[in-house]
Amino acid sequence: MKDSTRNIQGWLLFTPAAILLLAFTHYPTITTFFQSLYTNKSILRPRRFSGVEAYESMFSDPIFWKVFVNNMWLALGTIPTSIGIAILMALIVNKAIPGRGFLRMAYFTPTMLPMIAVANIWLFFYAPDIGLIDKVLEIFGFEGNNWLGDPSTVLPSIIVMTVWKEAGLFMVFYLAGLQTISPELEEASKLEGSSRWNYFWRIQFPLLLPTTLFVLINAFLNSFKLVDHLFVLTKGGPDNASNLILYYIYETAFSFLDISYASALTIFLLALLALTALAQFFFLDRRTHYR
Amino acid sequence: MTYRNRIQTSVELIGAYILAGFWILPLLYAFWAAFHSSSDAMHFDIFSPLTLDNFREAWSQAPFARFSLNTFLLVSFILPGQLLISTLAAYAFVRFKFTGANVAFALVLVQLMITPEILIVQNYVTLSKLSLVDTISGMGLPYIASAFCIFLLRQAFKSIPKELEDAAELEGCGTMSILWKVYVPLATPTYIAFSLVSVSHHWNNFLWPLIISNSVETRPLTVGLGIFAAPESGVEWSILSAATLMSVAPLLIAFLIFQKQFVQSFMQAGIK
Repeated sequence: MKDSTRNIQGWLLFTPAAILLLAFTHYPTITTFFQSLYTNKSILRPRRFSGVEAYESMFSDPIFWKVFVNNMWLALGTIPTSIGIAILMALIVNKAIPGRGFLRMAYFTPTMLPMIAVANIWLFFYAPDIGLIDKVLEIFGFEGNNWLGDPSTVLPSIIVMTVWKEAGLFMVFYLAGLQTISPELEEASKLEGSSRWNYFWRIQFPLLLPTTLFVLINAFLNSFKLVDHLFVLTKGGPDNASNLILYYIYETAFSFLDISYASALTIFLLALLALTALAQFFFLDRRTHYR
Repeated sequence: MTYRNRIQTSVELIGAYILAGFWILPLLYAFWAAFHSSSDAMHFDIFSPLTLDNFREAWSQAPFARFSLNTFLLVSFILPGQLLISTLAAYAFVRFKFTGANVAFALVLVQLMITPEILIVQNYVTLSKLSLVDTISGMGLPYIASAFCIFLLRQAFKSIPKELEDAAELEGCGTMSILWKVYVPLATPTYIAFSLVSVSHHWNNFLWPLIISNSVETRPLTVGLGIFAAPESGVEWSILSAATLMSVAPLLIAFLIFQKQFVQSFMQAGIK
């Protein structure tokens, strides 16, 4: 093939994707950045250049810090627990045990549900007095609680729900990881008389590290992207106790119509995600060196 | 098997089923509640009479048939669009290695981290300039060029032996027929894997469709359900269960039937 034909044909084939990516990823990223440097346009005042003012007010905004810390707690609360449960699930389903198909289905089904539906279901569990959890507590003689209405329990409640929803997805990645481990290793360790516990910590867990890294980073990104449940459960309340960055961006832009501030928040979130993705790139690169 | 081993195995098995119980019971409960009156559901009266009233009520309170149609239209706009555009782009990257291909690919990968979910504000502005607010195409457009799909297909195309391509060329196949007759058929597993992941993602997507739709004619199931369930609407729990069940039924039934394929697709998409 001639160089010129190759170039022309290649670019022509790539053009449709390029236009759409530029229009909905690169262009909005750049305009978001510029929007954050200007004040909002109103009928009374045209917009003016304001430099980093929006960022200054962001860093002095207590709600911003609150939603950021909430997001970090959410990540910290969901990720290690769901990874632990996911590994357990994968180990269970990877063995030839009775009802394996059923177990895999049970673990994975919550992953297939939209977060909105999950929230609807859990809404009732958390309802004060009439909800399932309070009813069960009542049987054992404990006091109930307004789980989603109490600032100290709302985030943990959401964390439990998120673990339930996400563990099955991570299980699938671990299952894929387990299947790459040669069965001879297990036989060898059995012959050596080492315990299952030992086999897991000395062989399986280290060999699953790349999977863990992949899951870790994706779970972290997910904890910033997934806010659907807030619309049904709490609207970010009470008093922003369950509010998250992306939901705060949504509120700022579409309820308070403060585009300038919403843009600054978006840039912050993008920077955070970019750093994480770069970390992933760096680590995954290292992984290929090991091989 | 020794006695001790046997005990260990049965303890593990019981543990596995208890865990499964925790994972499946919330769903079974919602399923059960949807077929019982709200007061029976709240008192956990297991043997109370079955009823279809909740479904009738939910169906009459919100146009779920219309929402389902919208979701169906949305998914059937996004998926073929993604497959078409990504196939062409991946083909360009693998076979044509055009000048600037590496930079172009890096720019594609940017979308893996900056997903359309995050750029809601500016994408809304863009779509209102194009007068595509409150349309299904506007809802789907930001997702049509998918870095993930381009990436997966590029991986699949790269593993196709050069000899097949040469042979097809000798047979007189042109650029497009090599793509169609050699590349696409050999990448079928990747197409299936991506399709299942994409359909489940967009069937369940909520935030962007919520922002871009403001009428019954465009709202997909998730948004319809979200508005139906919003705290201020004060719907009864059993009716809400019925509505939730109706919304998730199509995808859930598909999943239960093709369970293996779904799980394998998510696996495949995760490894690459």
